[in-house]
Amino acid sequence: MKKWLSKYLPAGRTGVIAVPYVWLLFFFALPFFFVLKISFAEPDIAQPPYTPLLTHEESKTTITLNSGKYSTILDEVKSFGTESWADAAEQSQYVIAYWNAIKLAFLTMICTLLIGYPLAYNIARADEATRNTLLMLVMIPFWTSFLLRVYAWIGILKDNGVINNILLWLGVIDTPLQMLYTPFSVLLGMVYNYLPFMILPLYAHLTKLDGRLFEAAADLGASKWTIFLKITLPLSKAGIIAGSMMVFIPAVGEYVIPALLGGGDVVFIGNKLMDDFGPNLDWPQAAAVAVVMLALLIPPIVWFQRFEQKQQEEAA
Amino acid sequence: MAVTPSSADAGESKKNYLEIKGVTKKFGDFYAVDDVDLVIPKNEIFALLGSSGSGKSTLLRMLAGMEKPTEGRIILEGQDITDLQPYVRPVNMMFQSYALFPHMTVEQNIAFGLKQDKLPRDEIADRVGKMLDLVQMKKYARRKPHQLSGGQQQRVALARSLAKRPKLLLLDEPLGALDKKLRVQTQFELVNVIETVGVTCIMVTHDQEEAMTMASRIAIMSEGKLMQVGGPREIYEYPNCRFTAEFIGSTNIFEGRLAVDEPDHIVIESQDLGRGIYVDHGITGPKGMNVWYSVRPEDVTLCRDKPDSQHNWVEGKVHDIAYLGSHSVYHIKLASGRVVMANVPTSHWGEAKPATWGDDIVAKWGNNAGAVLTS
Repeated sequence: MKKWLSKYLPAGRTGVIAVPYVWLLFFFALPFFFVLKISFAEPDIAQPPYTPLLTHEESKTTITLNSGKYSTILDEVKSFGTESWADAAEQSQYVIAYWNAIKLAFLTMICTLLIGYPLAYNIARADEATRNTLLMLVMIPFWTSFLLRVYAWIGILKDNGVINNILLWLGVIDTPLQMLYTPFSVLLGMVYNYLPFMILPLYAHLTKLDGRLFEAAADLGASKWTIFLKITLPLSKAGIIAGSMMVFIPAVGEYVIPALLGGGDVVFIGNKLMDDFGPNLDWPQAAAVAVVMLALLIPPIVWFQRFEQKQQEEAA
Repeated sequence: MAVTPSSADAGESKKNYLEIKGVTKKFGDFYAVDDVDLVIPKNEIFALLGSSGSGKSTLLRMLAGMEKPTEGRIILEGQDITDLQPYVRPVNMMFQSYALFPHMTVEQNIAFGLKQDKLPRDEIADRVGKMLDLVQMKKYARRKPHQLSGGQQQRVALARSLAKRPKLLLLDEPLGALDKKLRVQTQFELVNVIETVGVTCIMVTHDQEEAMTMASRIAIMSEGKLMQVGGPREIYEYPNCRFTAEFIGSTNIFEGRLAVDEPDHIVIESQDLGRGIYVDHGITGPKGMNVWYSVRPEDVTLCRDKPDSQHNWVEGKVHDIAYLGSHSVYHIKLASGRVVMANVPTSHWGEAKPATWGDDIVAKWGNNAGAVLTS
């Protein structure tokens, strides 16, 4: 039995490398292929709720590709800018949703970078015992459920929530501040949730920096601020880019945080996708939206890969 | 380079160019550097030699300003620099394994210090160009450090530390990152550049060959203290203690008591040898005083017949031979179990058959071959 197995299973290094590739094939490439397939179908009141691409009738096989779902998005892009803003809000919902999502992801990236860099820098500079404790503190929130953490923010931000109650009690305000269901609460939730994705790659790069470079710069007459600008910052570029990508790419498709903490007046592409998938029961449209989103994210991903590769070649 | 001082005062300031006065560095209860006094004249290349943990690097870092002395003062050309921050000190350092800025080109690395001084752009370019010429790296000006060989990186590091024309140049294990063959060649290059520039230089090394080749004076450090300071020859031939004698080169040390103390010689009775050691120079002291006698393997000769003399020889068996081409190192085991090392030139045996493993042999040395040590 064992012999029979070993005949067909790749051995040694090939086997080890094959495992993640097989994983990616089954859980990424194949599902994506299904999504791509659905995006070319038409919605149908059936099980599953879309028309098949392949039909076989009277010994004739027909492939029906419906590009209409992509046209919906493309037409919006074409007409965007020609119509008035009020019309655009109504007629260019997908374009606006994409734009909102990219804007939010970008803002999240900038905020996590501004907050995460000083944190990562100081963690990397701390002595070893403190460093591990601080890293633990960054990661501990991740041990509880993601939904629970988002709901906790609702409890903190809502009109009769923790912050408003304290402020009212202190007499700073008379009426509760509207914090929940605002752009602010969405951004806050995003930054809170994505911060560790920024801190960890930054930390990994900052901790590798050779301390003697700082000493050499100081020895040559550089002040602390100059050392930071001329040595630390350029040398942690790879970490900044890695962290930014780790935040930006998943943040574009985020829908739970805007759905729970947002008021619903700002629609992000993730929510649009969920609407089409759920209440609108338009799977092909949802699939097309997902495919376009992936296409939008490919350029930054490719650029990031190239950059990483260049860095590794330089290090070698 | 001969320097004629214009006045006695100038001569004095050249002799006392750098003064280290009672410098101590404590880390908790541990004395990394313990009450070091040192005076270094202008344009000297001085080496701090010691094993790791001897305090040599800590002393160097205090000169650079990266550590603050717990006690003591450091005075450079009459100016007390003890409390100056590293970035305002007229002192530059070439770091161990160079610490070149990996994201900057050779040119940018060398210009870094000059830019901090806000020098005009064309002056920076001019000085960087001169530095590149000095270390023969003009061709590589636009390269990044990772595109250079170890030897080239070392030259860039040297140029970077010299670019600001420091009053004092510090070298931390300057050749430690190079392989043996390259190191020997680079030692001379490095000294040439330093002498061309005419900068006072203190280097730290654990490699005695490096120290002896490059430095005009050497300080042997151990446990934060200076054991001996002197020229390479002085330290090798006249060590003042067992530590120095054993640290520099290899040696045979015999423990004994002072038996005879005459104006022109002394005799040391040694249990190890079962025979007296006759020395025609050296120390004087009370009879019975504990002393050590150090004799270098190259000063020990081997012969097959017992000499007539009462002193300065032992007999034993050849225990081990290491053939090194120009000479062999013999390990002679005495009846007491002690091993005496002798370097025997390959030509020593002439036509006769060389002594081999297990042979009975006599090891002897001259009356002025070794050094008498009191500690």
